[in-house]
Amino acid sequence: MDNIAGKKSGLTWAVNISVIVMVLLWLIPTVGLLVSSFRDRDQISASGWWQAPFSVELTYATRASDPVVTDEGAYIIEGNIFATDEVAASFAAGESTISAFGDTGRNPAEFPAGGQADLGDGEILTVQPNGDYRYVLPEEPRRPPRIYFEAETPPEFTLDNYRTVLTADNMDRAFINTMTVTIPATIIPILIAAFAAYALAWMDFPGRGLLIAAVVGLLVVPLQLALVPLLKLHQAIGIGQSFLGIWLAHTGFGLPLAVYLLRNYMVGLPRDIIESAKVDGATDFQLFVRIVLPLSFPALAAFAIFQFLWTWNDLLVAKVFLPSADEAKVMTVKIADDLLGSRGGDWGILATAAFVSIAVPLVVFFAMQKYLVRGLLAGSVK
Amino acid sequence: MNPIFQGVLTIVIGVGGCIAYFYLSNFILDRFIFPAKGKDPGKNINRANQVRPWLFMFPAVFALGLYLAYPVVGSFWRSLYNRSGDEFIGFGNYANLFASDEFQTAFFNNILWILFVPAASTFLGLLAAQLTDKLRWGNIAKSLIFMPMAISFVGASLIWKFVYAVDEDIGLINAVRDSFGMEPLDVLQIPFWNNFFLMVILIWIQTGFAMVILSAALRGIPEETIEAAIIDGANPFQLFFKIMVPQIMGTIVVVWTTITVLVLKVFDIVYTMTGGNFGTDILPSYMMSFMFRDDGRATAVAFVIMIVVLPVMIWNIRQARKELR
Repeated sequence: MDNIAGKKSGLTWAVNISVIVMVLLWLIPTVGLLVSSFRDRDQISASGWWQAPFSVELTYATRASDPVVTDEGAYIIEGNIFATDEVAASFAAGESTISAFGDTGRNPAEFPAGGQADLGDGEILTVQPNGDYRYVLPEEPRRPPRIYFEAETPPEFTLDNYRTVLTADNMDRAFINTMTVTIPATIIPILIAAFAAYALAWMDFPGRGLLIAAVVGLLVVPLQLALVPLLKLHQAIGIGQSFLGIWLAHTGFGLPLAVYLLRNYMVGLPRDIIESAKVDGATDFQLFVRIVLPLSFPALAAFAIFQFLWTWNDLLVAKVFLPSADEAKVMTVKIADDLLGSRGGDWGILATAAFVSIAVPLVVFFAMQKYLVRGLLAGSVK
Repeated sequence: MNPIFQGVLTIVIGVGGCIAYFYLSNFILDRFIFPAKGKDPGKNINRANQVRPWLFMFPAVFALGLYLAYPVVGSFWRSLYNRSGDEFIGFGNYANLFASDEFQTAFFNNILWILFVPAASTFLGLLAAQLTDKLRWGNIAKSLIFMPMAISFVGASLIWKFVYAVDEDIGLINAVRDSFGMEPLDVLQIPFWNNFFLMVILIWIQTGFAMVILSAALRGIPEETIEAAIIDGANPFQLFFKIMVPQIMGTIVVVWTTITVLVLKVFDIVYTMTGGNFGTDILPSYMMSFMFRDDGRATAVAFVIMIVVLPVMIWNIRQARKELR
């Protein structure tokens, strides 16, 4: 807009750069989560996720499992460390660079690679950077002796975290529970709200203004107020803490927004269409089902997305209205109450669990963004 | 019963029930109660049309009344009773609350949240809206800034744990500190300022919302006013603050109040990040610490939240009534 009146803005560069900075700031935390979810536990604790594409120094323990040869009274074991039984799987390519080695778990990087280490009791160990080692012992070892070493490990991305998250800890169950809560809680309020919105938009009756004002007022009633009385009510009528209870609760809590959004949209429909249908003898019911409902599709979609995101992401209602037993937990509760407690230090699992729980909303968000934006605008800008 | 099966059944019963209710109630009204025939068909049609809006609205009004209006009264009533609910203690719960240090901390923190989060989100949203509007790749930028809207508060908290973590191989902040040779620092334990680190999470989520709405409002500004200002020699900053912002003030207020109301609902962030420790409690999370343990106090806290929201509610209703006229 600065370009009108023939004035070229000198700020273009500044604008571009500030937007890039802002987008990066907004994106980086999520990228961190995504990258971390593909790294294994050792890599995560060895280097930050922003170093994920680079090699890390990891410590390994192995045994000198190559055959023992005797030479002038000494027992010698020779071979390549990357080929020893215990670590062969970690170095499938058979190559890496060793930076240091040692013979105790307490100090696995005691000696620099390439040098000779006197381990005491006449034992001498040499490890080359390329993995070749030579272990000289004065007596025949009963078991292959331990060697610890620190090696460059190429970046490794695994799906192990996803496998763990989706199979262990009942997380798969939690995923299904979240679906079970979300889908009915999204669909049921739509129809109820649509009829009410039609009545508030196109039917004339005393008290209409008052009802609209009431809906606007209920829009901001804090959910917290509803928790205790409704839980008591559910317990009194035998629903208790159950899926039925949470569906009813989400339906009730979603209605003000649904009615408000749909009414705002329906009021804007062209009066001519509705009046000509009435003149042609359509009843209100026919008018609603055949004309208003199909025309209101964008608003219905917008509300459906809102309600979906809100119920999928909800923690509060799920904590109160669902049983606290493990098999009834939804993902948010599972992550907040279980994983953060029991697996607080396992960042890979945490990241993966979080990403599993936000993946579905993100897909819905990017696929239906158009409707979401429209819905937001219908609800706020008049 | 398997919950999935139960869910499918509920959808069928719920949707089928709604359709059946609306269809049958209209059918019965038109056929049997006020049929459009007999002695006085016109009068019957009019009568039916007076009843019909209530048929259409009954399920919604019933659900709204039961799930949102009744709890306001029910919660207030419950908050006047003691912990087990068998003894009327008047405003005893409120007196206890206001005397307790934790409640005062939570209340004070909540005021901070109410002041800071909407202000920062609206400001950043406005900034993002104005900056991206001019760019060719603006829509992509908007989409990315808007994205956190889809993420749950729990998910967002976890995401930000990867920024705040003490371990310099995990937390970004401490990685930066480490590269400057500084000691690692647990930002969530710095008294007072830790609140702001928690607020950042909500601001991160809400900026996109503010941006989308304000961007639409900015586009709605008549071109002539901007052209006139440029011809009169306004620089870009004057143009923005003196010409554009005043014209979208109404929308800014709507965004501001919407976020304010949201701030009073969100307990997830504090609950997940600190559990209300280190002096970061806010009213919604403070309430959850009494949930299932002391209903009297829990409802009292909830009612305090209601009173804080009340001015916004009244303002919203007045705006809505103004529009109706």
